[in-house]
Amino acid sequence: MGPYLVGLYVFVLAAFVGFEVIAKVPPTLHTPLMSGANAISGITIVGALLSARTAEVSTGNLLGALAIALATVNVVGGFLVTDRMLRMFGRKR
Amino acid sequence: MNARTVVVALVYLLSAVLFILGLMRLSKVRTARRGNAIAATGMLLAVVGTLVELGRVDYRWIVGGLVVGAAVGALAAYRVKMTGMPELVALLNGFGGAASALVALSVYWSDIVEPPAVAAPDAAGAATIGLSALIGALTFSGSLVAFGKLSGALSGKPRSFPGLHLLALALLLASLGAIGFFAFSAGQATLGAKVLIGLVCASLVLGVLLVVPIGGADMPVVVSLLNSYSGLAAAATGFVVGNLLLIIAGALVGAAGLILTRIMCKAMNRSLPSVVLGGFGGEVGAPTGTEEYQNVRAATPEEAAMVLEAAGSVVIVPGYGLAVSQAQHATRELADLLEQRGARVSFAIHPVAGRMPGHMNVLLAEAEVPYEKLVEMEQINPDLKDTDVALVLGANDVVNPAAETRKDSPIYGMPIVQVYNAKTVFIVKRSLGSGYAGVKNELFEAPNASMIFGDAKKVLQALVAELKLE
Repeated sequence: MGPYLVGLYVFVLAAFVGFEVIAKVPPTLHTPLMSGANAISGITIVGALLSARTAEVSTGNLLGALAIALATVNVVGGFLVTDRMLRMFGRKR
Repeated sequence: MNARTVVVALVYLLSAVLFILGLMRLSKVRTARRGNAIAATGMLLAVVGTLVELGRVDYRWIVGGLVVGAAVGALAAYRVKMTGMPELVALLNGFGGAASALVALSVYWSDIVEPPAVAAPDAAGAATIGLSALIGALTFSGSLVAFGKLSGALSGKPRSFPGLHLLALALLLASLGAIGFFAFSAGQATLGAKVLIGLVCASLVLGVLLVVPIGGADMPVVVSLLNSYSGLAAAATGFVVGNLLLIIAGALVGAAGLILTRIMCKAMNRSLPSVVLGGFGGEVGAPTGTEEYQNVRAATPEEAAMVLEAAGSVVIVPGYGLAVSQAQHATRELADLLEQRGARVSFAIHPVAGRMPGHMNVLLAEAEVPYEKLVEMEQINPDLKDTDVALVLGANDVVNPAAETRKDSPIYGMPIVQVYNAKTVFIVKRSLGSGYAGVKNELFEAPNASMIFGDAKKVLQALVAELKLE
């Protein structure tokens, strides 16, 4: 089985895990869940980090650096803003 | 496989496990905050693992990108107002999509277009580059349009033109064709680069076309759908760089987005295709919105305050208008006052109230309304018969009885908060203007209903002032 097929197997199985884990989320948490999941989709940062590893100024590196920056905004902004929201949910008057 | 590769692979596995554990906890109120922290830890591990995998390379670009991104992200997260949350989520979503597309492009340019070129990817590899560029780019442009609509920079009205859907379909088919062509021409650098650039342009236009015809009240569906796409884009990028962690995390997010999308669609009794195709039933909706209202009663805040004062139970129904006038704190103040006077106060939350899933919950949480007081539509509807006063704040379609009674109405079949059952209904609204669906709201003419015209925040402040006077 080639790497793409392995990837496809993993993708399908992970999607089922995702459905099971999230299926019963209460409406109160819809927004934080969405922004938290959104932050996780910033995992593309791993791919970005792998694609700008030399010093030269090339299109490949520029694209890679931009990808790193955007993915980092997604990750850092996403997790922080989710935490900010959830802090409000947790506190008691 | 040397030791380092094994360690890095295990770190990635651990981080995938942390994502799953994090999401599990994110779906329960008590553990949600910890869940988010666990997922963030997984992300940190993944980044550290990647840096170890890279080993000694030149870190100039990497550090630059990380520093700029972290600064912008942190600034945005701390400065955003709770009312601006839908826009920020849409924007972050778009950035994730863009990053995925850019990684695919960067890989192709570094490996093939720019010297020294390495071996060309096989057909499957090239196809994943194309797919990642397609999904990433359309997530980006679609999210930007959603951002524009949510922030008010673009009109929230659905915009369409004849042939829009045909054009979108043509673009989608052309894009898929381009991916097929690219799969077999990726080895020829100049040609491949041109095809890829063309593909990105087509995908960007496609993303715009997908969101432009969708109107304000359907935004919760679109935002969830784009969220799902950003996960799929990350998974596609996982295939490009051959990383299973990206595939797992992307699939998790894709599934989460899809579930939210389904919940939102159900809450509006609409199918996903009908939302994606845009508009609210087309011609049916337009003429009914222009009908004149008759026998509408208007109440002043003083009159409303007198009724509220005597009420034993009050149900507040917040809608998008509450977010627009940022009236969440004023709402809580009113609720507190009423409770001090012995009334039972609860909030009825329609699943699609506002512009993103859970929008009202976030706003009211900011104003420190305990989440136990927020009641879901199905649970509060039976209680409304015994409710003295229902106070509708900037909501319209979600309380429109036409959804239950008029078969010809475009919103027929959508579950609503049955405020018409309450003894008295006050509707705080700027004007008699129709909601997003463009449908006349018969509730406004009901004998037990009165309108309080004005901005939600100002009206609430007036009500609070009146109640304090007593």
